[in-house]
Amino acid sequence: MIKVTKNPTISKKQVEHVAWLARIELTEDEKEAFTKQLNEILDYFKKIDEIDTSNIKPTFHVLDLVNVLRDDKIEPSLSKEDALKNAPQKEDSFIKAPKIL
Amino acid sequence: MVNYNELTCHELKEKIDNQEVSSEEVINSIFDRIDKIESKIHAYISLFRDSALQDAKVIDSQIKKGETVGRLSGIPIAIKDVMCTKGKFTTCGSRILENYIPPFDATVVERVKKEDAIIIGKTNMDEFAMGSSTENSAFGYSSNPWELNRVTGGSSGGSAAALAADETILALGSDTGGSVRCPASFCSVVGLKPTYGLVSRYGLVAYANSLEQIGPMTKDVTDCALLLSIINGNDHCDSTSAPFQNKSYMNALVSDVKDFTLGIPKEFFGEGTEKAVEKGVWDAIHKFEDLGANYNEISMPHIAYSIPTYYLIAMSEASSNLARFDGVRYGFRAEKSEADWDEVFGITRQKGFGAEVKRRIILGTFALSAGYYDKYYLKALKIRTLIKNDFEKALSKHSALITPTMPTTPFKIGEKIENPLSMYMGDIDTVPINLAGVPAISIPCGFVNNLPIGMQIIGRFFDEETILRIAYTYEQNTPFHNEKPNL
Repeated sequence: MIKVTKNPTISKKQVEHVAWLARIELTEDEKEAFTKQLNEILDYFKKIDEIDTSNIKPTFHVLDLVNVLRDDKIEPSLSKEDALKNAPQKEDSFIKAPKIL
Repeated sequence: MVNYNELTCHELKEKIDNQEVSSEEVINSIFDRIDKIESKIHAYISLFRDSALQDAKVIDSQIKKGETVGRLSGIPIAIKDVMCTKGKFTTCGSRILENYIPPFDATVVERVKKEDAIIIGKTNMDEFAMGSSTENSAFGYSSNPWELNRVTGGSSGGSAAALAADETILALGSDTGGSVRCPASFCSVVGLKPTYGLVSRYGLVAYANSLEQIGPMTKDVTDCALLLSIINGNDHCDSTSAPFQNKSYMNALVSDVKDFTLGIPKEFFGEGTEKAVEKGVWDAIHKFEDLGANYNEISMPHIAYSIPTYYLIAMSEASSNLARFDGVRYGFRAEKSEADWDEVFGITRQKGFGAEVKRRIILGTFALSAGYYDKYYLKALKIRTLIKNDFEKALSKHSALITPTMPTTPFKIGEKIENPLSMYMGDIDTVPINLAGVPAISIPCGFVNNLPIGMQIIGRFFDEETILRIAYTYEQNTPFHNEKPNL
C-alpha cells in the first residue's frame, strides 16, 4: 500500500517533544497512533481560522470576578497526618519525592 | 407491594418523614436492586452498603424521637467518582487514583450530608471526565439500561444509568462539555448544568476549570429543583463561585408557560441530527405552543465553531490541571530504581493515564506551547467571546432556547471509541453552553425504537427558575418521565 503523506499539522517529532513537556512517556505504538489521531483532530480544528477575530477580546472567565481574597488569618486546615495519608512514599513527616539530579 | 427504589425523592421523603417506611428499608430496597442488576449495568465503581445502613439507622432513630432532620433525610444518593468523599475511594475512573482516599469532602458532598442524605456509592465515569460515553473508564464501561449493548453517554454515565435502573434515588454529576446532559438524554433522566459559579467546585477534581459545574441528576424535575436548592450558593473555598447566597428553587415548579417566548436556534438542528430526534424535539416545541408559549426560529452564527473552540480550551486547561498527577503526594507511582524525577513522572503518567486522557493532555500542551499559543488557545478564547455574545443576544429576546440535547439516540458500545473525532462531534449541542456559562437542563421528550430522546432547555445567566419552570410544565403534560426500562 502506498502511503501518501500530506504535510502533517503535527509531526511525530513534535508529538515526542510535547509528550516530554507533559512528562508522559509514550510507547512506539502510542507515538504512531497519536500522531495520526492528533493530525485528524487538528485538521478539523483548522476551522477556527475561518473567523476574523482581530477585534475580539478573549474570554478567560465567564463571570466578572476579580481576585477573591480573604484576611491573612490562620484558620483550621488539614492535619499533617491526613496530608501524608495518600503519599506513596514517605519518611517521618516528609513526602519522599524521586531524586532530582 | 411498593418497590421503594422506584420512587422519586419527593415521593419517598414523605413516606420516610411520616414513618410509613424506614430509611433502612429504603437502603435495603436499593441494594436488593443493585444485587439483582448491577452486573448488567455497571453503574458503580464503589458501593458503601455498610456505612449506608449505619447512616440509615441513625436517621431512623432521630425520626422516631421526633428530632428535626434534613431535607434529604434518609434518601440514597449516588455521587460521580470525580467528587471527593472523605474516607472513601475517589478514583475519577482512573488507574492513577485507583487507591486514592481523600481526607476531605467536596462542598456539595458536605451540603447533601448536612441534609441527611445517605451516600450509597461512587458512580462510573469516563476517566477524569474526558469522554461522552463512559467507555473511557479504567474500570470498564457502563451499559444503558434501555438497551444493554448501547452506551449510557458520558462522562457521568454511571449516575445516569443508576437513576434509570432505579439503583439510586438521587445522583450528582459534573458537566464540562455536556457530561451531565448527555447521559441524562441517553438514559432518559433529568440532568441540569447550573450557571457557571452557582455551585461550588471545591472537591471536584478539575478537568477544565473555566467550563465545569456540578449538577443534579434525578428522576424528575421536582427532585432536580430540590437537589439544586441544596447544593447551590457561594463557597469561600471556591474563589470562582458566584457571590450569591444559597437559595431555594422550589417556587419554580409552576406548570405554566403562557406567553413565554422560546428561541429555536437552527444551528443546533444541523447536519448529523437524526430525523427522529429532530421530530421529537419539534413535537415538544409544538406542545409548548399548545400550552400558550410562542417560538421563533433564530440563528446563532458562531455555534458552528463550538467543537474546536471547546476542545482547544478544555484540553489546554486539562494539560495544566492534570500536571499534579505525578505519583508524589497521592495516587499511583511507578517504581523504577535509580530513576530521576522526570523518568518517574514519565512512566507513572504513562501507566496511570488511559489513551484519551493522554491524547488530551498532549493536544492541550501543544495548543499552549510557544509558537502555537496565539494560533490555537488564544484564538479559541476569542471565538468563545463570539459564542457567548450569540447566547446573550438570543436570550435577551427569549425566555429560553430549545434544542436537542444530543444529535442522536444512544449509539452502540464500541461504535465510536476508535475514532476520537467522531466522538467529539456528538457534543455539538452541549459544548456551546459551557463556553458561554449559561444554565441548561436536559429532560426526556420521547423515544424512538425504545431509545430515549432528550430535549435541552437553555436559560439566561442565573435564571435556573425559568428553565426549571419550562421543564416542569412539559413534564406535567407528558408521560415520558414515567417510563422505565425493561430490565
